[in-house]
Amino acid sequence: MVPLNYYLILGAVVFAIGVLGVIVRRDLIVVLMSIELMLNAVNLTFIAFACFLGSMAGQVAVFFVMAVAAAEAVIGLAIIISVFRHRQTLDPQEMQLLKW
Amino acid sequence: MTPSLMLFYVLGGLLVIASLMVVFLSSVVHSAMALVAALFLIAILFLTLHAPMVGVLQVLVYAGAIMVLFLFVIMLLNPAAVEPRRRFGWGFGIVASLLLAGALVAVMTNGEAPLDPVAATELFGSPETLAKSLFTDFVLPFEIASVLLLVAIIGAVVLAKRES
Repeated sequence: MVPLNYYLILGAVVFAIGVLGVIVRRDLIVVLMSIELMLNAVNLTFIAFACFLGSMAGQVAVFFVMAVAAAEAVIGLAIIISVFRHRQTLDPQEMQLLKW
Repeated sequence: MTPSLMLFYVLGGLLVIASLMVVFLSSVVHSAMALVAALFLIAILFLTLHAPMVGVLQVLVYAGAIMVLFLFVIMLLNPAAVEPRRRFGWGFGIVASLLLAGALVAVMTNGEAPLDPVAATELFGSPETLAKSLFTDFVLPFEIASVLLLVAIIGAVVLAKRES
């Protein structure tokens, strides 16, 4: 059987890759996809703990994370469509109207 | 090396490669395809962790619904293929995420980890146990999640419709 630590390290690495995508990419859609990647890394950690501790709470938490991720993706993509319609760009650097 | 360990190495290596492809590929559609691959690999990892129901949900909800939504938006907007490189972004981002990965690994491997899975019964992770847990211990969060999804539906329609 694979030790728990291996799953935790894999989840941490995938989470860090998602953070890298959020920091460096200049395309809002890819930024959203990187956020999905981070959520999935956390889900992997939840499932690993649920399996090794013998509790269903981890799997139920993943269920709720999926529901929230679906809502987040829908609202985020709607905001992206709305922003693109107004400004004709997906670059987050261009969206600094509130920056003084 | 046991077969399960070998399977984990193969899946984990492919998952890291697919995640890196999501970040580093320049085309948005290619990134989306790499993300689909990563989501499928995570679903298979769920299956190896006695969570078949969540794995099926992962494929249905993520790789099915959410990624179709992403692809629809990509095709609807048809963003410019080339995005300009940020001046300082890549070096700073790589250093920051390497630091974060190191810190996370150090914190997570610090504790006393249980070596063997407790939940090796075949019912663990089945739809019955998940539903029983969902409708007894987690009824209130379940209802709140349904309200959240309703709010998301209405919000998406309001945000994305054209003003007339």
